[in-house]
Amino acid sequence: MIDWGAIFSNAAVELISPTTAAYALAALGLAVHFGYTGLLNFGQAGFMALGAYGYAISILSFGFPVWGAVLVGIGASVVFALVLGIPTLRLRADYLAIVTIAAAEIVRLLFTTNTFEPLTGSANGLSGYKGGFAALNPIPEGSYGFGPFEYNAYDWWLRIVAWTIVVLACLFTWQIMRSPWGRVIKGIREDEDAVRALGKNVYSYKMQSLVLGGVFGTIAGMIFVLPRAVVPSNYQTSLTFFIYAILLLGGAATILGPVIGSMIFWVLLSFFSGFIARAVEAGWLPFMTSIQAGQLRFILVGVAIMLIVIFRPQGIFGNKKELAFVK
Amino acid sequence: MSSNPVPSSKPVKSIDLHIGEAAPGCKKRDPILVADGVSRTFGGLKAVDVDHVEIPRGAITALIGPNGAGKTTLFNLLTGFDKPDTGSWTFEGRSLSGMPAFKVARMGQVRTFQLTKALGLLTVMDNMLLGAKGQSGENLFRAMLPFFWRKQEEDNKARAIDILTRFKLDTKKDDYAASLSGGQRKLLEMARALMSEPTLVMLDEPMAGVNPALTQSLLDHILNLKTQGMSVLFVEHDMHMVRHIADWVIVMAEGKVVAEGDPHEVMRNPAVIDAYLGQHHDEDLGADPSAEKEHVVAIKELLDDEL
Repeated sequence: MIDWGAIFSNAAVELISPTTAAYALAALGLAVHFGYTGLLNFGQAGFMALGAYGYAISILSFGFPVWGAVLVGIGASVVFALVLGIPTLRLRADYLAIVTIAAAEIVRLLFTTNTFEPLTGSANGLSGYKGGFAALNPIPEGSYGFGPFEYNAYDWWLRIVAWTIVVLACLFTWQIMRSPWGRVIKGIREDEDAVRALGKNVYSYKMQSLVLGGVFGTIAGMIFVLPRAVVPSNYQTSLTFFIYAILLLGGAATILGPVIGSMIFWVLLSFFSGFIARAVEAGWLPFMTSIQAGQLRFILVGVAIMLIVIFRPQGIFGNKKELAFVK
Repeated sequence: MSSNPVPSSKPVKSIDLHIGEAAPGCKKRDPILVADGVSRTFGGLKAVDVDHVEIPRGAITALIGPNGAGKTTLFNLLTGFDKPDTGSWTFEGRSLSGMPAFKVARMGQVRTFQLTKALGLLTVMDNMLLGAKGQSGENLFRAMLPFFWRKQEEDNKARAIDILTRFKLDTKKDDYAASLSGGQRKLLEMARALMSEPTLVMLDEPMAGVNPALTQSLLDHILNLKTQGMSVLFVEHDMHMVRHIADWVIVMAEGKVVAEGDPHEVMRNPAVIDAYLGQHHDEDLGADPSAEKEHVVAIKELLDDEL
């Protein structure tokens, strides 16, 4: 028989997991890029990889303190954003999409290649960089929580830090998007020539947006690797597409959309994979092996993205009025 | 700025704008924009090839010409939206050559577009506020701290309401610009341009696609710009409108300025008739009086002379 209790509690755990927080933050960065500025960044996985590797390499190879490692990661993503933006932001939006998708793959392959193995660990990745972060933990040793949300001190510390960062990033984005700066950014999304004709330096604003959303992605990359190891294969293009799925699910030009979208995405994904795996075990799906069952959830993600884009393109939190005038 | 709507009466024309004979490239008493040797080619086609042209200050200047004469290209060049192959031009005595579009706009030379560029998914008010210059809240770091820009924002809003009221768009201020009609979008685009307090307003086909009911109101608004001390340069196909409101007309054909002058005089200029009708391009119009008469009749019909 199927153990429904385990399926539901495994799904509920995802609600506040650091991975959910990391995806929410990366999706918020994409909301700044795509939802507000209209920049088609398909390289968010690259920004996340820079955060993960920037943090891990600084600590493992150079012995940096936590704050130093964080700054290295952010610095790397700012440089990456400038390198991507300088040649492409003057061109049409679709060029940025092509360049970012390629650049993110280049970043991933550079981290995978054997040439830099002493630094990057090649395909095996990196681990053992969590000491500094754990040492900052003020929570005394022990196990806390209730029901499925029972964690040790490190796991709580990680969750508290991750979600605090997400909340701060949301407040920050909310504030700047209702300021005159945000108005220029949204104007650029609608028609950059019109904004240029009103005396705004469109190129500079697009660059600021690219850097800002990229930094969100980078910090998300650091949160992402704190509960696990740094593995290059995590930063494939599919990561970017999952983040787009979250963004579209929640609403592209919203603040809460990416956060709630990420929660729904991870809870559903965990629920589906738990359910299908156990259904196969119980013999409910005789045409499937358990390996196939593991892949099925990604097919379901694909179907879900298509359904959202077709039937609710504004997402859960998007403004329906805006949708009435799709260009 | 006056807030009284100007009645749709006969406009007051500015006269005595030029020095010497009204010929292509003639000197103006007080030019606001002076262009020299501006050329732009697209492949083998010389789209713009203007030797010298001066736009008078405090007047409404129309830029006319048949399709493909290079009017919009010249517009794009003068506003920094396109780069010329050669040439230089000055605005209020300062060189603008090679300056990017946003800096041109900051200097007070603001333009609108042939295909209206209302920012659809922004509200009418946000469209207007975007036009205001020198906003400290447009800096990312100050944007985080509202006390830096709140006061300025309130002032800009008050000014936007004032302008929107004149354009009769104040009741729409919280609507998305995408919900406005084509003519209202034209009005919004013009109103938005006024938020930047320009000295030279450049309108690219302000009447294109506008419902006739709104035409009169648009004309009045353009005339209003002049009474408020702005100079206007506009591209237009509607001869009726050109004749009605323009103080000075510059005619382009095949990238060159072929005639200039008072709107009534310039319509009689053989070069203009030639540019529009074109079929006897190589003939001397004076040599065949009947041919000339034919042209004049044709162009008179074309121009719908009602004055």
